[in-house]
Amino acid sequence: MTLLRTCLLGLVLMAGARPGLAEPVLLNVSYDVTREFYKDYNAAFLAHWKTVSGGGPLTINQSHGGSSKQARSVIDGLQADVVTMNQAPDIDILATAGHLIPADWAQRLPNHSAPTTSTILFVVRKGNPQGIHDWEDLVRRGVSVVIPNPKTSGNGRYSYLAAWGYALRQAGGDEAKATEFVRRLFANVPVLDTGGRGATTTFAQRGIGDVLLTFENEAALIRREFGADQLEVIVPSASILAENPVAWVDRYVLKHGTEPVARAYLEYLYSDEGQELVARHFFRPRNAAILAKYSDRFPAIPLYTVDEVAGGWAAAQRRHFADGGVFDQLYRK
Amino acid sequence: MATAIPSTLVVSPAPAGMTPRATHDPVWVRWTLTAVALLFLLFFLVLPLAAVFTEALRRGVGAYFAAVREPDALAAIRLTLLAAAIAVPSNLVFGVAAAWLIAKFQFRGKSLLTTLIDLPFAVSPVISGLIYVLVFGLQGWFGEWLLDHDIKIIFAVPGIVLATTFVTFPFVARELIPLMQAQGADEEYAAITLGANGWQTFWRVTLPNIKWGLLYGVILCNARAMGEFGAVSVVSGHIRGETNTMPLHVEILYNEYNFVAAFAVASLLALLAIVTLVLKALVEWRHAQSRQA
Repeated sequence: MTLLRTCLLGLVLMAGARPGLAEPVLLNVSYDVTREFYKDYNAAFLAHWKTVSGGGPLTINQSHGGSSKQARSVIDGLQADVVTMNQAPDIDILATAGHLIPADWAQRLPNHSAPTTSTILFVVRKGNPQGIHDWEDLVRRGVSVVIPNPKTSGNGRYSYLAAWGYALRQAGGDEAKATEFVRRLFANVPVLDTGGRGATTTFAQRGIGDVLLTFENEAALIRREFGADQLEVIVPSASILAENPVAWVDRYVLKHGTEPVARAYLEYLYSDEGQELVARHFFRPRNAAILAKYSDRFPAIPLYTVDEVAGGWAAAQRRHFADGGVFDQLYRK
Repeated sequence: MATAIPSTLVVSPAPAGMTPRATHDPVWVRWTLTAVALLFLLFFLVLPLAAVFTEALRRGVGAYFAAVREPDALAAIRLTLLAAAIAVPSNLVFGVAAAWLIAKFQFRGKSLLTTLIDLPFAVSPVISGLIYVLVFGLQGWFGEWLLDHDIKIIFAVPGIVLATTFVTFPFVARELIPLMQAQGADEEYAAITLGANGWQTFWRVTLPNIKWGLLYGVILCNARAMGEFGAVSVVSGHIRGETNTMPLHVEILYNEYNFVAAFAVASLLALLAIVTLVLKALVEWRHAQSRQA
């Protein structure tokens, strides 16, 4: 039994010894495609923090995973100092379900607390054999479209709302026509993966589908990883503005005493250096001058917001993605 | 009725003549069966294993070792070994104690204890992980208290160790219970009659009798502890270099399109599995020998 006692003692020691001993640690809980970006950004921020701001030593830890799963972990006690997500609902839930941040978190930083944006583009196979150029081409008979499940992934939700918004604008606001368009689109989806990465693997590695709907930054990454000569990116006539929101988590930063550095970390995303890095990783910067500088990689197309086409995330969630919502009705074949 | 017996005796040579044919199938049947078994092994075991190593080495030995020596990969290896190093000895002690209790004593609630030991096998590993989130998570029973006292259980190393221990708990006990039940308590009774005390009986009579079964249980327990994914994934929090075990690290690398690194770390896990299998075969062989002796 002494062995057992030693083990338990060890567990308690490990549990207790972590905080307070070493230099301050900042934990950034993010979604799963931002690893490369934050690797570069953390290095840049550390340099900035040490020299310009005169801050002390600092370690930045990263956690990546599916966006909603990560939010769930933070609610359950993953002590994130900052969260950097790809859709507002995954931060809203920290306020509503976790009471970890105030409900007005989006007002604390510029641009609804979203320092970067992206949009939904199409990825097709080499030579674009199906001749896909715009949203109308996705609902043609015989075109197979890969979209992750809108109920479980931010990627899928933005794709759904992008199609909905396009159809709504085409039909002059006729919601019945928009519903019919989205129904025809999802009738062409052979498999609903649970997340963006799964959908990419389905399309690029397993060779299923004629076109993949995904974020602009993910499309760039896919072309780099799977070969620019194998896949082409198609820019539709209009698409959705995907805002990537960030927030410091009040409850945890107060506990860790990391609020100043957490704020500085997120504010630096809006700086010229931060926005440059953002653009280099294919996220659209908010800074107009830097966006213009990288105009070759960010085609200028009309981008409509979730607020414009669905009355905000809360309404979109209730109307489209909740159980028994529009998506459930139109996907039930 | 008396004639019935000779008649069966007369008939008996015919079945006797058939017996050799029943035990010795035609050559083509034997070869086909062997070939089918070997092909199955080839497609479902050897090829995937070979694929892991081919993918891992696709960009050369340099890329392989770079992936394995990367700080996050090393941290994942360390954490996996640490979790196994705590979970396996704990389960060894608990497993022996539980098996001893169940096999050698009669008491009320014995079948309940046996059922409880099987519980980790019965529930999905994901549920095992969620149990700990419900108990130690911020929204769970002890979450607020733990946060107030700066104690991290889930999304930290203790949670990973707990989840691993829970999932691997039955291996040692399950291996020992049938063995100890088959052996009975006679030798222990004899030892006690001859004046041995409890500890002496355990160390000199019980333990030598179960040592091969015990070793076998420990090896299986260790294999599962290092390979566990589901339960650990739920309680990990996926903090790079801190709370990622090897299986979690493989998944993350794969999701990041970093296939060479993913398969390199996967090949390390495969190597650990192969070492485990060799050890297991060795133990089984020694066990068989010790039985014959």
